[in-house]
Amino acid sequence: MTGNSTLLTIDSLFKAFGGVRAIEDVSFSLMPRSITGLIGPNGAGKTTLFNLITGIFPPDSGKITFKGKSISGKAVHDLVNMGIARTFQNVELFSSMSVLENILVGMHTRTTCGLLGSVLKTPRIMTEERRARQKAHELLEFVGLADYADRKSSDLPFGWQRLLELARALASEPGLLLLDEPAAGLNMNETDTLGELIENIRKQGITVLLVEHDMALTMKVCDQIIVLDQGKKIAEGPPREVQSDEAVMAAYLGKPK
Amino acid sequence: MIRIDTHIIACIVFAAAATAAGILIDNAYYLQVMIFIGINTLLALSLNMLMGYAGQISLGHAAFYGIGAYATAILSTTYNLSPWIALPVAIFAAVVIAYIVGIPTLRLTGYYLGMGTLGFGMIVSIIFREWYSVTGGASGFVGIPPLSIGNFVFDTDRSYFFLVWGVVLFFFIMCRRIIDSRVGRALRAIHDGEHAAAAVGVNTAKMKLSIFVLSAAMASLAGFLYAHQVYFISPGSFSFLASIRIVTMVVIGGMASIWGSLLGASLLTLLPEWLHTFADYEMMVYGLVLMLVMIFLPRGLTRGILDIYENSRKKDDR
Amino acid sequence: MQEFLQYFFSGITNGAIYAVIAIGFSMLYRSTDLINFAHGEFVMIGALTMVTLTMTLHVPVVPAFLITVFGVAILGLVFERLAIRTVSRPEPIVLIIITVGASIFLRGLAMLIWGKDSHTMPPFTAHQPLDIAGARLLTQSIWIVLIAIMVAACLHFFYKRTLTGKAMHACAINKQAAWLVGIPSKLMTLLAFGLSTGMGAVAGIIIAPITMPAYDMGSMLGLKGFCAAMLGGLGSLWGSVLGGFLLGILEALGVGFVSSGLKDATAFLLLLLVLYFRPGGIISAVKVKRF
Repeated sequence: MTGNSTLLTIDSLFKAFGGVRAIEDVSFSLMPRSITGLIGPNGAGKTTLFNLITGIFPPDSGKITFKGKSISGKAVHDLVNMGIARTFQNVELFSSMSVLENILVGMHTRTTCGLLGSVLKTPRIMTEERRARQKAHELLEFVGLADYADRKSSDLPFGWQRLLELARALASEPGLLLLDEPAAGLNMNETDTLGELIENIRKQGITVLLVEHDMALTMKVCDQIIVLDQGKKIAEGPPREVQSDEAVMAAYLGKPK
Repeated sequence: MIRIDTHIIACIVFAAAATAAGILIDNAYYLQVMIFIGINTLLALSLNMLMGYAGQISLGHAAFYGIGAYATAILSTTYNLSPWIALPVAIFAAVVIAYIVGIPTLRLTGYYLGMGTLGFGMIVSIIFREWYSVTGGASGFVGIPPLSIGNFVFDTDRSYFFLVWGVVLFFFIMCRRIIDSRVGRALRAIHDGEHAAAAVGVNTAKMKLSIFVLSAAMASLAGFLYAHQVYFISPGSFSFLASIRIVTMVVIGGMASIWGSLLGASLLTLLPEWLHTFADYEMMVYGLVLMLVMIFLPRGLTRGILDIYENSRKKDDR
Repeated sequence: MQEFLQYFFSGITNGAIYAVIAIGFSMLYRSTDLINFAHGEFVMIGALTMVTLTMTLHVPVVPAFLITVFGVAILGLVFERLAIRTVSRPEPIVLIIITVGASIFLRGLAMLIWGKDSHTMPPFTAHQPLDIAGARLLTQSIWIVLIAIMVAACLHFFYKRTLTGKAMHACAINKQAAWLVGIPSKLMTLLAFGLSTGMGAVAGIIIAPITMPAYDMGSMLGLKGFCAAMLGGLGSLWGSVLGGFLLGILEALGVGFVSSGLKDATAFLLLLLVLYFRPGGIISAVKVKRF
């Protein structure tokens, strides 16, 4: 593995809030088209790590490299433009907007129409809008919500809201997709569908980093698993190896349910 | 798609109704009231774009209204320039000021944004009042000329009626187009969740600033129309209370609703006219109406009535 | 020097009044996260009630003072009960408009009761003004500053030493948790309204002899009190006091040495500066959301 071929490289990252060390000396890298699981007990720093990668706040020290470029200090929307998309632990849809419009907002960085363009409705803008709508319908098809395009997004059942948020993230044509507990609140069937979706997303050439508490799902879809505990990386490797790792057992899997 | 079609029909109906009103109404008082409704609709629409759609409150919007009015008053009266030269200057002034003020102010949220815009509005209205040599101070600015194109002078209420409502119709169409576009969706996304909007790639700071600037430009245009209708302006028309009146039009009519702006502006223009009969009770009734609408229909009249209708329909279904 | 001292005296007098109004804003914000745009009207009602009691009904100053404060506090309770608790969607925009509506309503009501004219009332005690290094200091100014400081000290004691005060503070920190340990948070909100509007009345009463109270005096006083609260730190008791005095003094110096037209602008310029550069105020009591 040469450093150049990785999609995302994280190099000795540190982040503290007040006196609490949320992320401490974490390093790892993601290969293109891989699915990586990020696991660890509550408060291990998984969501903090997501927020660092997506630029919500900057790291105290350390380096994040995406597609060979350093992304430290870049604004959230610029990172989306570069190809990093995410979903949230507590689904954050645009509740007053329709299902289709949510996807269209997701395409914001891939469309160009400005204030003037929207008023003039030039042929170029009309074509762009038509294409965007067509692609949005395709994405809804992909996650199985095609029949609900005109519903208000907040009227969807929770499981579908998750799928919609996933489709919205895909709408920005990301190279890297970060999923924050995508299976939380889903039933068994929905979780299975989600697993298939994640596999299909990878087939489109998208790299996936996934925080998940559902071990069955994580073990099934991931090629690689990274374990965090109290802000530190304590293990990394293929699912089977990680499952039998003693440190992991102690910190996480060994805990009685 | 259906929504866009109904909007076109609504615009045609609206244009027809306005034209009919303009031709049929002969009473100068009624025409004047309707001109003010038109100007207020434009104002309410400008704030609705910012507050209703993008979710950014402004308690100082009358400042931009005043900047438009005073800019054209000073240029067309003091410097004897054509109002048509004053118009772009008035709008440009509002745009530049909105841009400069917007950058630090729009970083604030909630009450703090309300207070920031309030502070700005107060300072502008104090400048109108205190900069006596330029604005005429508290006693106001007299002698603003009527608008004219070539030999045609908009000095009758009927001609001005058509001018104002033509402008309003133009902005109805323009705002509808913006709302249904990529820009409008980004704005509504910011309204629903600023974090989430940024996370899907919306440059929230830039978006908020551009809608603030657009909103200021529209308010400035409304001020321009106002100044050339009444020929006399004074700081009282652009004070804190004026800002609150604009907010009230938007909220009572319905946030995030273009036709709500028309409704809100109509009500708030007509209410004081009706209340003249109870002169002394005017303020009390006005305050009471504001409170009651907000307590019982916090989404405004258009939305509120729709909600009641939908609820009763749901009950019927059961 | 004499000139400076004169402006300084007028500054601390106004400052003390701004401080008391600012305390009213802060106390309410701390307990309820709400900014009451009608606060200035309670100041006005306080002033006019005091005038009526002392001038028309010839009630002595001390009982009149107490009656006014309690009366206005009860009016505040009624306001909370009727117009704030009934709100179905308590969002900032909605609450701003309701309190603005209330302020217009109260102003209209006051106009009906007291008319459009200004009223007058003599100072609390009839002494000659003091002469300090050539500058005149009104005895009413001394009363104003003393009462302002006393009010702040009492409130400090109330929050730090009494159970009710501590309970209110707990509600301010975490409503849910306070409710879990058995603090009736609705009652605390009600109480906060009473305290806040009562503070407003105090400000109105002490200012009554040095201004000419009228039905429209409230909004500017309210807005400036708010600026003072922001300046010192919204939600902080001593921050509000500091902010009030600072605003009063800066305003007076601005009038004296720059221009009198600037007087009203000073408060709002300071407000913008604070919001842009230090939104928590000089003494930060609240975390400000600034995504």
